[in-house]
Amino acid sequence: MNYKHIQLPLSKADARALRAGDACLLTGPVYTLRDAGHIRLLDEIREKRLKTLPYGLAGQVIFYAGPTPPKAGRPFGAIGPTTASRMDFAAPLLMSMGLTGTIGKGERSDEVKKACEEYSSVYFVATGGAAAFLAKCVVSDETLAYDDLGTEALRRIEVKDMPVFVGIDTLGQSIYDLDREDD
Amino acid sequence: MQVLSSNTISDALLVSIPRLANVLPPDILEALIEARDKETHERAKIVLDQLVLNAQIASEDHVPICQDTGTVWVCLEVGPDIALNANVFSKVNPSVAHGFINSKLRKSVVRDALFDRTNTGDNTPAFCELRLVDEPGVARLHLMLKGGGSDNASRVVMLTPNAGKQGVIDTVLECVKEKGANACPPLVIGVGVGSTFDKVAGLAKLALMRPLNVPAPDPQVAAFERELLEAVNATGIGAGGLGGDTTALGVRVKTAPCHIAALPVAVNMGCSAMRRLTIEL
Repeated sequence: MNYKHIQLPLSKADARALRAGDACLLTGPVYTLRDAGHIRLLDEIREKRLKTLPYGLAGQVIFYAGPTPPKAGRPFGAIGPTTASRMDFAAPLLMSMGLTGTIGKGERSDEVKKACEEYSSVYFVATGGAAAFLAKCVVSDETLAYDDLGTEALRRIEVKDMPVFVGIDTLGQSIYDLDREDD
Repeated sequence: MQVLSSNTISDALLVSIPRLANVLPPDILEALIEARDKETHERAKIVLDQLVLNAQIASEDHVPICQDTGTVWVCLEVGPDIALNANVFSKVNPSVAHGFINSKLRKSVVRDALFDRTNTGDNTPAFCELRLVDEPGVARLHLMLKGGGSDNASRVVMLTPNAGKQGVIDTVLECVKEKGANACPPLVIGVGVGSTFDKVAGLAKLALMRPLNVPAPDPQVAAFERELLEAVNATGIGAGGLGGDTTALGVRVKTAPCHIAALPVAVNMGCSAMRRLTIEL
């Protein structure tokens, strides 16, 4: 399978050229955030009535992940995707505010598929349980907020050639639906 | 009479927790390699390649196989001739804290599910269980690091007796089709059938302890496991949920007596990083 090399932040042109099922290698910044961080981010957006995404998230990609501490000379011993559907409650709003991509694992709701189409946001799927392997793609990390949440803090990390598949493309097509149709 | 001490348990945990987090059990690795070698779907083959390579990196570099190093489940089984003090689990939490902090594992436990979701910071408390078994001389420790994604894909269903074997098969298939893709396939599926509402989930979890290369002692159970595995793999969900030949590496079934009105079924989903170990103390 041919991998498409994708430079992050994800440009609208690159996003629209991707199709569900494509294999990609991602290089550039991604932001890790998961359950508790999403609850807090949404509270913050509502309370402060923010019109744009805080912490430089506009135009960026969120990786649904909670890493282990540094080890073997790497920023994290292990880092991998968590189940994306648990963040479906927050994704459409964040996409409407300019989130250009998400990385996780598993199927997502119809609302998220619609939001991917409406806001040209791409959902990438990484291999769950391949976290020692994926940790070798991480070159740097920096904690931006919510440090008290431990592994669930908001982090900006740089990845190099991180292998993923396009899970939902900007037409709202899902890799999981494609495969069932193929059967 | 032999007295089992809390130190015996804590010594076993101090050695086993880091090892289990970083080194995939050999039966699971073997099954992953076999699945990779025979996979015919391109994307699933990529996923399985990554999982095999991942296990190798984790073991060589002493890093966790998966970032979700789980909740710690400790289950002590003791035979009728083993004595123990009621404080036998008293050193479990300190051992877990030590293991998770020193070996740089992820702390994934909050203080209270509903009222205080503050991370406890050391992955305690562990979830402990004592089982009295009718096996003289036995002092056996089961240890599992259970990931959240696969546990979330689990369920308990109270069927009626007429549902029978087909009802159990349908329950497992429904669970796999609805949640399997989220649970990091290829899966290891624990199925409990029987006992009562509260106990059947425990049966399913205990079923996960039997290695993939050890057939069920009861031929009826062994045949049912093969039947379930075939049905699960026929779904085509595949490794990573992206379509493929191997949706599960194995299905493990444990049955028990139950009420005349009941047919309780539990499915405890295990991921491809099925980290569990049984130690004879």
